[in-house]
Amino acid sequence: MQTATPPVLKDPVVQIRGAFPDAVQDVIEFRGETTVVVDPAHIVEICRFCRDTEGLEFNLFSDMTCVDYYPNDPRFALCYHLYAMFDNRRLRLKVYLAGDEPHIESVTSVYPAVNWQEREAFDLMGIMFDGHPDMRRILMPRDWVGHPLRKDYPLGYETVQFTFNYDEIQRQKPMAQQ
Amino acid sequence: MAQIEVDNPVEETWQGTVEDLKGLVSPRALTGETMLLNMGPQHPSTHGVLRLLLELDGETVVNCIPDVGFLHTGIEKNMEAKTYIKALVMTDRMDYLNPMGNNLAYCLAIEKLGEIDVPERAMIARVMLAELTRINSHLVWLGTHSLDLGGMAVMLYAFREREAILDIFELVSGQRMMTSYFRPGGLWRDLPDEFVPTLQAFLNDFPNKLRDYETLLTNNPLWIDRTQGIGVLSPQDAIAMGCSGPTMRGSGVNFDMRKAQPYSCYEEFDFDVPTGEHGDVYDRFLVRVREMYESVRIINQALKRLPKGPFISNNRKYVPPPRAELGTSMEAVIHHFKLWTEGFKLPEGEVYAAVESPRGELGCYLSSDGGTHPHRVHFRTPSFILISALSKLAKGYMLADLVAIIGSTDIVLGDCDR
Repeated sequence: MQTATPPVLKDPVVQIRGAFPDAVQDVIEFRGETTVVVDPAHIVEICRFCRDTEGLEFNLFSDMTCVDYYPNDPRFALCYHLYAMFDNRRLRLKVYLAGDEPHIESVTSVYPAVNWQEREAFDLMGIMFDGHPDMRRILMPRDWVGHPLRKDYPLGYETVQFTFNYDEIQRQKPMAQQ
Repeated sequence: MAQIEVDNPVEETWQGTVEDLKGLVSPRALTGETMLLNMGPQHPSTHGVLRLLLELDGETVVNCIPDVGFLHTGIEKNMEAKTYIKALVMTDRMDYLNPMGNNLAYCLAIEKLGEIDVPERAMIARVMLAELTRINSHLVWLGTHSLDLGGMAVMLYAFREREAILDIFELVSGQRMMTSYFRPGGLWRDLPDEFVPTLQAFLNDFPNKLRDYETLLTNNPLWIDRTQGIGVLSPQDAIAMGCSGPTMRGSGVNFDMRKAQPYSCYEEFDFDVPTGEHGDVYDRFLVRVREMYESVRIINQALKRLPKGPFISNNRKYVPPPRAELGTSMEAVIHHFKLWTEGFKLPEGEVYAAVESPRGELGCYLSSDGGTHPHRVHFRTPSFILISALSKLAKGYMLADLVAIIGSTDIVLGDCDR
């Protein structure tokens, strides 16, 4: 929404550094995109700060995604892509999460749009979002075991069935066992 | 009154446990006071395999809980196991009404990460084809949406026009739907000679025909009765729920990726972004119909300025050499061999590229570890976000209006589930 007097543009990196001096771990400028690596403990406050501070106003939540850097440690990273509609800027907040069963505070209280994206990250990567209103699997069946997008989760395949191995494959199919 | 012995009335309609339901539906549903109804996954008005768990009080929707994932094919996981070029083929299959747009988002991400130049001819051709895809998608939406609400004729007309667009796709790429025509650095092959006259003929005809079809709906009192004041989405909610595209613009938010962050030389074209006022089903309908006229405007401008020249970048680290060079140049053979066996490597890093798909912001997040395969690809697909907003949109309306509301968000389940 346009206001009568256009607000003064502020640099998100300087602002976040100023407000959360201990939380900013790194700032990366790459291909014209700004990534601010922040402390996972402060993600909700930083998101709220980015949304509500005049001159930043990242009011549109574009995208949240999770990356698995297995076998590195910290293993997981979450990327929050924020968008400021009044001056068309993007900002990526990145948090690194250690361990195989990481927990992080849900940002649904700030951006309701993140709801399903956090469910997706939980479903496919196994990140637990504390305080999420509806933490269920979303894309995989509800009784699925494991988190398929993790790097240590194998990509399954099926052997091509020819005449010479037809019986062999037929025998291994689940329906043969019943 | 005979006592009906039902241990738990909920168990019959819900395949999970009752514990799952708590917090999703109101307590009244657990006692059987309101009815739980499964809409889908095979319901024709859900535009794909979407299941909605509805809590109904009479005919009023108290709660609407979308359940997706029936079309989940693990595209993001599969792409990690393929080279960048091979993975491109999978992007068509996500949003099957917007294959060119999906290619474009992915190619833009690769080009951004690899800093690959794109010749002007390719950029203009991309704009033309992306806009054609938008018309194609909007036509399918117009046809199915009106069919949902009882307008049979429009569907037949819309699909007839769409056929002409699919023929153009076949002309350029050899494929009607899964085109994979955009490649990192440009296009797969040059536009054929017949392309410009065929497209021109289509464009001369199409706006008049669209006007005809519009007369069937825009001022039709039955259509207005079914759509006005239904599924109202306020601009604040649209932004908060992350909606984008025509659904957001129908609420009066002027936000279009093509204008906000232009890509592929969209900034050089003159076009308007139609917006609605009330944010109801009717306004979303108007926005999409007007968008089709705007798309025609863009393509007409693009046709005028389509330059001659290369259709793909000359950067041999990313783009395979033309077939003719293989017979004469040793270097070309090496490049050809490297690119088609190992694939190209992208520098380490991560980028996010967004395009305006017919449904909204389609973003591609690409993370590279310096290898020949994508380390992680993620698509921010508009349908996924729109369906998550559906529960808010549908609340309080009648069951029959729900069909109109689902249709007006223009969701594609392949796009949602990936």
